[in-house]
Amino acid sequence: MKTPALEVARLVAARDLRLAFRKPSQLLQPLMFFMIVATLFPLTLTPEMSRLRDAAPGVLWVGALLSSLLALEFLFRDDAQDGTLEQFALSGQSLTWMLFAKTCVHWMLSGLPLALSAPIAAAMLGVPAAAMWSVVASLALGGFALSLVGAVTAGLTLGARRGGVLLSLLTLPLAVPILVFGAAATGRAISGDDIAGPMYYLGAIAVLGVTLAPLAAAAAVRIGLE
Amino acid sequence: MLSVAGLHLWRGERHVLRGVSFDAAAGECVLLTGRNGAGKTTLLRAIAGLLDPEEGQVNWRERPARSTRDEFHSQLAYLGHEPALKGDLTGCENLRFSVGIRRTVSAGEIDAALVRTGAKDFADRPVRTLSAGQRRRVALAGVMLAGASLWLLDEPTTNLDADGQQLVATLIDEQLARAGIVVAAVHHSMSLARGTVRQLDLGAR
Repeated sequence: MKTPALEVARLVAARDLRLAFRKPSQLLQPLMFFMIVATLFPLTLTPEMSRLRDAAPGVLWVGALLSSLLALEFLFRDDAQDGTLEQFALSGQSLTWMLFAKTCVHWMLSGLPLALSAPIAAAMLGVPAAAMWSVVASLALGGFALSLVGAVTAGLTLGARRGGVLLSLLTLPLAVPILVFGAAATGRAISGDDIAGPMYYLGAIAVLGVTLAPLAAAAAVRIGLE
Repeated sequence: MLSVAGLHLWRGERHVLRGVSFDAAAGECVLLTGRNGAGKTTLLRAIAGLLDPEEGQVNWRERPARSTRDEFHSQLAYLGHEPALKGDLTGCENLRFSVGIRRTVSAGEIDAALVRTGAKDFADRPVRTLSAGQRRRVALAGVMLAGASLWLLDEPTTNLDADGQQLVATLIDEQLARAGIVVAAVHHSMSLARGTVRQLDLGAR
């Protein structure tokens, strides 16, 4: 009997989680990078909390974006190298659906831990405790959108021999709207304003990503496998 | 059931496939031969739909394979150069995933297939600790389990010992007896007990 779609998603997710926990260094590297960036700013910029607070949204979001680029390289690369991505494409199941499951797991293992550890980084940057929930929420939602956009660009650079630089070049322009609205949400949270406006935009980008990115990623992966 | 008509495929400046055509009915085996670089792998990948030919068509059950891709793929098992196994997972875990995404499979079935290909003893070790031949045996168990009517095998006997080569021949025989089709790229001819075996020499110009 052909495996039902939900079971396929569960199998893909379970496999990727199991692989990630057998290679924890790959998981921790982007997170460590983010924490290091956030730590270096108070050391180099100024110890004055009020000025750090002004820079906090920028530092947090640039750190998150660069760290997500680091994590993105691992999204399809290993699977493409050992031929398992080919088996995804030849399984007779929807490649779009399988890549969507993969991308969600990727976010769970990179964007979500980053968002959850952001309060530590934010505290060092003088973000008031009252704003922490909003900071976490904006980074989690923005990180999800970044993973979706990244799935498309990671798929597109599969065929490139040293795709790392190309991947960054392709992803950055697409990530700018997420960066702008995300930093706006975090900035408003820090100054105690309502963050609903920029969060709606982030949500809209994420929804657009959920509907379109897996389709584009699947098409890109099929080309990349040639 | 499988019909390949006038495939032309270019890789960059090289004209690799120059009008390849053949038909294979149920229970038939087509052995692709030819020197290195003759296009055996390219042809297999083109049939599987991993490569887009510039010209020509692949038909499966009288319908173009391209337009019925998912259905075609669910009846196809492809064994490439790489055994397509995750090094950090055990052989058993690999099969549970790779077969599991295609069809519902029980642990007993996987065990039986692993015993059959002689991979049971090392199926609980991470694949990266296995030798190339052992990996191939795990991958062959995956092909067996896929429940596919069309097998595309790219040099299935590579890295296998004499016993393993015999195993591949037996597995192909059984697949043909089930009215399946096998298209295999091989370097030395294979002795198959039954079924129609045809050779397609890609090297001939």
